[in-house]
Amino acid sequence: MGITLPILILAIPITMFLILGIGGVKMTRKQAGILGIIANGTLAVIAYTVAFTYFFSGDANFIIDGVRQQYQVFDVTWLAFTQDLVVNIGFLLDPISALMLVVITTISFMVHLYSWGYMEHEPGFQRYYAFLALFTFSMLGLVVATNIFQMYIFWELVGVSSYLLIGFFYKLPSAVSASKKAFIVTRFADLGFLIGILVLSYYSDTFNFMELTSNPEGVLSSFGGATFMGASALTWAMVLIFTGGMGKSAMMPLHIWLPDAMEGPTPVSALIHAATMVVAGVYLVARLFPLYCVVDASLTFVCVVGAITAFYAAVVACTQIDIKRVLAFSTISQIAFMMVSLGCAYDKPVEGVHYSGLGYMAGMFHLFTHAMFKALLFLGAGALIHAVHSNNYTEMGGLRKYMPITHVTFLIGCLAIAGIFPFAGFFSKDEMLAAMFQRHWFWGAWMAMVAGLTSFYMFRLYFMVFWWEENPKYKEHKPHDAPWQMSVPLIFLAIVSTVCGFVPFGEFVTWDGVPYHIHFEIPVVVTSLTVAVLAILLAMVMYRKKNGIPARLKNAMPGLWTAAHHRFYWDEMYMFVTHKIIFGIICKGIAWFDRHVIDATMDMFAKVTQKTSYAIKGMQSGEIQTYVYWYFAGAVLLGAITWLCLI
Amino acid sequence: MDLSMLWYLVPSVIMLACGVYGFITRKNLIAILISLELMLNSADLNFVVFNRFLFPGSMDGMVFTLFAVAIAAAETAIAIAIIINIYRSIGNTDITEINKMKF
Amino acid sequence: MDSVGNIIVYFVVAIAIVFFSFKAVTTRKILRAATYLLFVLLGTAVFYFQLGYQFLGGVQIAVYAGGIMVLFVFAILLTHKPNEQSGVIDAHRKTLGLVVAAGGSIVLLFAIFFMPLIDGASLLDCLSASEPITMHDIGKAFTGSDRFQYLLPFEAISVLLLACIIGGVTVARKS
Repeated sequence: MGITLPILILAIPITMFLILGIGGVKMTRKQAGILGIIANGTLAVIAYTVAFTYFFSGDANFIIDGVRQQYQVFDVTWLAFTQDLVVNIGFLLDPISALMLVVITTISFMVHLYSWGYMEHEPGFQRYYAFLALFTFSMLGLVVATNIFQMYIFWELVGVSSYLLIGFFYKLPSAVSASKKAFIVTRFADLGFLIGILVLSYYSDTFNFMELTSNPEGVLSSFGGATFMGASALTWAMVLIFTGGMGKSAMMPLHIWLPDAMEGPTPVSALIHAATMVVAGVYLVARLFPLYCVVDASLTFVCVVGAITAFYAAVVACTQIDIKRVLAFSTISQIAFMMVSLGCAYDKPVEGVHYSGLGYMAGMFHLFTHAMFKALLFLGAGALIHAVHSNNYTEMGGLRKYMPITHVTFLIGCLAIAGIFPFAGFFSKDEMLAAMFQRHWFWGAWMAMVAGLTSFYMFRLYFMVFWWEENPKYKEHKPHDAPWQMSVPLIFLAIVSTVCGFVPFGEFVTWDGVPYHIHFEIPVVVTSLTVAVLAILLAMVMYRKKNGIPARLKNAMPGLWTAAHHRFYWDEMYMFVTHKIIFGIICKGIAWFDRHVIDATMDMFAKVTQKTSYAIKGMQSGEIQTYVYWYFAGAVLLGAITWLCLI
Repeated sequence: MDLSMLWYLVPSVIMLACGVYGFITRKNLIAILISLELMLNSADLNFVVFNRFLFPGSMDGMVFTLFAVAIAAAETAIAIAIIINIYRSIGNTDITEINKMKF
Repeated sequence: MDSVGNIIVYFVVAIAIVFFSFKAVTTRKILRAATYLLFVLLGTAVFYFQLGYQFLGGVQIAVYAGGIMVLFVFAILLTHKPNEQSGVIDAHRKTLGLVVAAGGSIVLLFAIFFMPLIDGASLLDCLSASEPITMHDIGKAFTGSDRFQYLLPFEAISVLLLACIIGGVTVARKS
């Protein structure tokens, strides 16, 4: 494969961004929309071609003896700061980047199409498409990065695009503060990422992923046993890098931005905050997986953070009223699921474990299926909001009769995320649970519980929206299905969510490139299905028809409910720390120093200059006679001096 | 008794001193211009004197003075045009009254 | 030994120059100041004749004493009432002017009396040492571009005078 297609993959979206960003104001909505959709469709076709070539062509660059290889299509020097500090830009093809190419372009294309209907009447439509193109560019650049610094650059770019898109309705104060929150929190996390990169590359002398991951033992030895505060330097580096992933993927305690990010347009939530950008953290861990494996502590850290986050987010999701918030917490929980799955993988054969890399494969599989069905759910939620003009499901209920297409597709999404055979989520979740049970029964049991909670809150949402009781307002304003631009992506994604579980994923993506044939472990299948079905039945009992059970349950545990409804007060804690402690105590001292020492010094210079100039400004009187007087006085003096010297 | 160089230079110096004095003390623009002409005239005289006594064979000093006279004529014409313009706008030619464009 | 007539002329003219210079800057009547300046300029012209520069003396009288003084007189008549006297110069200003003028002349006099530049050559010697300057010489000096010839400055002066005419008209006319 030549470099034309890979370059086009990056060039098309950035060109679209420039065209729509600069020329968008001159275009009509229709022109901008069609241009964006066509470009993205082309992009998707190219990305499919590249991925297809990678997986199926059998080229020696891509596969040797059945083992898939990493291949740098190109890798050019971009910034050469010094002889040693050189940053490259390139295009890396390997199983996970090819997978991500497919995921990103598919979802992006669906979202472009969907937005055409959803955003039709919004001002700034062209700007919206420009930002979408910028995001697509950044995300594609991120996944094909050949080195960790390129990844960091694009990592920041996706942060920027996310910021721009969350704050798209910039006239709403809530959207503005949500975009700032998202940017600041992720940026704060990226500081850890940057430090991690610097530590890692300082010792290992390279940014390149292939050099780093092909020889993790060598990297470890290059650290020469350096330690910091009781842990090895490599552990610190990997944990700090993971901090960046925690920020982007909304892991505890940096998850606070994602629920607020739902202020952005719903298609954006589907693209960025469900399917692509938030899985960047998972992708990062997967990309550096061999390095995480050589320092066990860091992998355990990933696992623990994921497990806590998954449970926390699932509990909170059970009590939210805003449907997009429920989906946001569900996203957090599902991403944490992938993290745990990665954390439970091994990089070398272990006794008693039939396939050591199962967690990695399952995590990536779930990333793939989750992107599809979560985008479907978000787009479905968008259709609901479009019809009802509210985010709260207290305003909905009984919608199944009015919106059949949305109803069916949303149900498919819910079944998929709950993990019911034969929908996509079943396959990936099952593999993940198998991997967790392999590692330790505790992780398996814990995450099975989270999976149960997931089914419960998703079906709570489903029943509350589509069953429960009809909102009397429907008589005045009858909700209806969305226009075709929105329905087509819903139907397409529903079909994908139904069938994509049957993809023999292990044949394509494993951590070492050696194909793995997926097969089911009956105990795990039974456990997960039982838990899911029980949770669905429970939700059905509680929410199918209007009844008093939820209210009674709520009153039985008021403290727990309120705490969960307020997301266990994380935002309040952050507010306390930032406002009371940082702004109130630390910043006051700094402000005092700034005003009374630094500014005062500068003021003193200014004042001295001013006083002096006031004192001597009389000399610049503008009276020519005074000047002549001084001129002659000076000339006479000079003449006298010359004469004295000559004697 | 010989008429040497000094004989001519001394009146020139006095002319210059008078010009300086007048330039500094007078307030009338035309009087200042008159003082200026005095100073210029003393410089012209010096050129000619030096030419005659030190380099009798050439005539550069004289030529220089010729040019200086021409330039003085030009300068005076412009200066008087300006003075008349000022007089037209503020009603007199007193240098202390011309302060609109000063700080 | 210069001729007695020459010496007498010198003294008359020198005293006149000193006296009228002094009067020109001290009189309170502006028209008189202009008249005294005219006398100073005429005296300078006499010096030029005496030094053997007849052409220069003629130019001095024609341009300076003739042209420029007429300008002065016109300007004065346009801007002053008859017999108008300027105000008395205040003491502070006077002192300043005196100090500078006196200091300047002292330094200059010291210089011309004690500088090694000055030799005792007499005017007669110098006059007899060189050929008299004829109109032919002056004409050649102004119309060539060789060494000691001044065509370029001459042309520059003519352009300057043109600019000056235009400028004078522009500045002085009523807008």
